Amino acid sequence: MRAAVIQFPGSNCDRDLAVAFGKASGANKPAQMVWHKETGLPSGIDVIAIPGGFSFGDYLRCGAIAARSPIMRAVVDFANQGGYVLGICNGFQVLTESGLLPGALMRNASMKYICKDTELVVKTSDSAFTSGYDTGAHLTIPIAHHDGNYQADADTRKALHEEDRIAFTYVENPNGSLDDIAGILSQNRRVLGMMPHPERLNDPELGGTDGAGMFGAIADALVSA
Amino acid sequence: MKARVFVTLKNGVLDPQGSAVRRSLGSLGFDGVEKVRQGKVIELELAETDAEKARIEVGKMCEKLLANTVIEDYTVEIL
Repeated sequence: MRAAVIQFPGSNCDRDLAVAFGKASGANKPAQMVWHKETGLPSGIDVIAIPGGFSFGDYLRCGAIAARSPIMRAVVDFANQGGYVLGICNGFQVLTESGLLPGALMRNASMKYICKDTELVVKTSDSAFTSGYDTGAHLTIPIAHHDGNYQADADTRKALHEEDRIAFTYVENPNGSLDDIAGILSQNRRVLGMMPHPERLNDPELGGTDGAGMFGAIADALVSA
Repeated sequence: MKARVFVTLKNGVLDPQGSAVRRSLGSLGFDGVEKVRQGKVIELELAETDAEKARIEVGKMCEKLLANTVIEDYTVEIL
């Protein structure tokens, strides 16, 4: 598995994501860091990760400027050709702003920035990212965001439910998101956006390994592909 | 030529910021405020001198960047 991690000014946990993918690939294949001004991806990339943070200072709307940066055209092409893309936190916002995932992430209902561990439910194990977990499993994964309040129109909401595209929900909704949604999948199930940070719980030394299953699962999917 | 863009949340989209402003107004004694919706004003200075062309161009800018039409509406004023 060869992963690319996109870096914008203001990204965070980009190195953590690279470590998580490198560890899961198990074959001395560190993730490649790709600066947002690049217009193309390195060759042989299997999966792209868009990290958290506050790209471009969250100016205009969270993720809005990053979604229009040069590298995102290559990311959208990659996804449209069936490539795997993972967006975490600000990365989820970038994916909705770029149109790869439906809906939008709005200011938390409490109006507060929230940084804490949250309990999630895996709503579907039917994706390359979530196949390492059982549907219905509970995970503890941290969140750290001000704008994680997922909203979508009625048609999108219906489609997400009917097509089994809600990947994770919160046990206790921290931000007001529609139907407690913490993460969603694209129609082809190869693009995942989620507000919690699995890369932050990827090693016992970090306090837990609940996030590691995700990186292991995508590595397995790419080996067997 | 100048253009002014108003970006507002669509009807039906929850506005936590507007609600917080309404509550704050209430705490200041402004009891009659039933609803607050917060939006943005973006002013542009354009090289274009034809108002109609400017309006079309700014409309494109709104669709591509200035507004997120999933949750926001926009109006364009040419000044």
